[in-house]
Amino acid sequence: MSVAPQARSVRRTRFNRHLFTHLWQGAVALLLIVAFLLPVYWMVTTALKTTADTFAVPPVLLFQPTFEHFRIVYEEGSVAKSLVNSLIVATSATLLSVLIGAPAAYVLARFQFRGKADLWFWIITNRFISPIVVALPFFLIARDLRLLDKHIALILVYLTFGIPLVVWLCVDQFRAVPREVDEAATVDGANLWQVFFRINLPLAMPGIVVSAILAFIASWNELMFALVLTRAEARTAPVEAANFMTGFGIRWGPMMATGTLIVLPVLIFALLVSRNLVRGLTMGAVK
Amino acid sequence: MSKSRVNWPAVALIAPAVIILLAVGIYPLLFALDVSFRQYQLTKLYLGTDYVGFQNYVAVFNDALFWQSLGRTAQFFVLTVPAQIVFGVLIALFIDGMRWKALSFLMRVLLVIPIAITPTVVGLVGRLLFNRDFGFINYLLSLVGVPPVSWLGEPLPAMVTIALVDIWQWTPFVALVMISGLSLISQEVLESGKLDAGGGWNLFWHVQAPYLLPGLTAVLILRTADILKLFDMVFVLTRGGPGVSTELVSVYIQRVGFRIFDMGVASAQAILLLILCIVLARGYIRLFYREVEA
Repeated sequence: MSVAPQARSVRRTRFNRHLFTHLWQGAVALLLIVAFLLPVYWMVTTALKTTADTFAVPPVLLFQPTFEHFRIVYEEGSVAKSLVNSLIVATSATLLSVLIGAPAAYVLARFQFRGKADLWFWIITNRFISPIVVALPFFLIARDLRLLDKHIALILVYLTFGIPLVVWLCVDQFRAVPREVDEAATVDGANLWQVFFRINLPLAMPGIVVSAILAFIASWNELMFALVLTRAEARTAPVEAANFMTGFGIRWGPMMATGTLIVLPVLIFALLVSRNLVRGLTMGAVK
Repeated sequence: MSKSRVNWPAVALIAPAVIILLAVGIYPLLFALDVSFRQYQLTKLYLGTDYVGFQNYVAVFNDALFWQSLGRTAQFFVLTVPAQIVFGVLIALFIDGMRWKALSFLMRVLLVIPIAITPTVVGLVGRLLFNRDFGFINYLLSLVGVPPVSWLGEPLPAMVTIALVDIWQWTPFVALVMISGLSLISQEVLESGKLDAGGGWNLFWHVQAPYLLPGLTAVLILRTADILKLFDMVFVLTRGGPGVSTELVSVYIQRVGFRIFDMGVASAQAILLLILCIVLARGYIRLFYREVEA
């Protein structure tokens, strides 16, 4: 009889303590989320505010949203064109990186050969090389070949990071496919290409898709090469966005609308591969 | 039949990658090496592009601006990386220890957002938030009575601005690396650690910290490499200004190459930077990839 109330009070204090932990952890979590997402929120809301609201001090939190800036951006056409250019360049660079990188990753995962260590070294080193080192000579080469302001120049230079990224992430993936699967298929009379395309490629597809998405994000976000290698025709979205900063009087609304349009696909992709982003950025050193 | 029979189908699978990487990766570097020994001024090509020996390198060694830009890059590193590590570890410990598992998962997903956002756009949003007259940062400061700061108009505040933006963008990366370190600690180790070390600082120092060490090394090396590469966010946010006060090394070399158009000197600078990058990569590989070279 006398035990029951005591147990109940113990249970109640434990409940209170849990509630307290939940509350303070929830509060800190909310603070962190606000801190890390505020710039994104600010960008999107500025894109949706009237110019008068943008300059308001103190900032207006509740406002009547307008799509005026998006309409301006659409009608002026250069942003839309740059987004199309970005799409062409990033998609092509990604597809080529996967087409060229995935078979190489398979061979690296399965075979021993001379020069393999050097190839590894090159692939990892690439993660460390400042793009300006490649941009200077690439500009001069592209100029001599009359490839400036053409999509192909950018697509080719993006392979310098696209292929290594795909190779790196896919080697892990192909290593996870048991060798016995290959051997069984070989016994059944399949040649190496059939073993690769019919068996390994489908099995490694999840990893290949992740590496493709990461290569796409990297190509989509790239500024320096695009700045150097394009003028008007092949200009990509980041260059277009950076151009808002030149000239007199910054047009904040259209600028933030452009920023929103650029960031939107990246956000979707990033959330899709959120578990693998760090692995990609550290070239697999941190899982 | 010789023992080292060539497996042609395998060669055919890997050859495209090797050829393309040589063509777009190695050839440009050799090209840059060649240009670095030439007189090569894009706006004065009538002067010719003759070899000038080590003249460009001598010019770089005597160029105070180049060394200052490296010094500024180091200063930027000191302003950002320690803060990123401290906040990153704190956030990782917090998220790893959260009782509310769904919220902990959500945080891990959301932390990816700053890392992935186009740095060019980050620079633009920085311009907006740090605007002297109507920026949100100055508004927040005004609430605690601080008069408006001209963030982008003066040297020191401009450096602080690009550092703050970098801290915002890359602290989540450090946090996620640290979370993956913490997740390696088994529940048993953690429980017995709690019994031996108690909670709090002792638990962190004796039980959790050793698991964070590999991630910490990776963060230090990768952040160094990324800061040597850093161009887009700074280019958009400050263009290296006011004056040259935020001109980090990549921004400076870009200016010499594409705004002063001295390709010879810029290439020499780039080659020196390349050597620095390769030394870094060597260190990274030695620490993390010993097994793959076998």
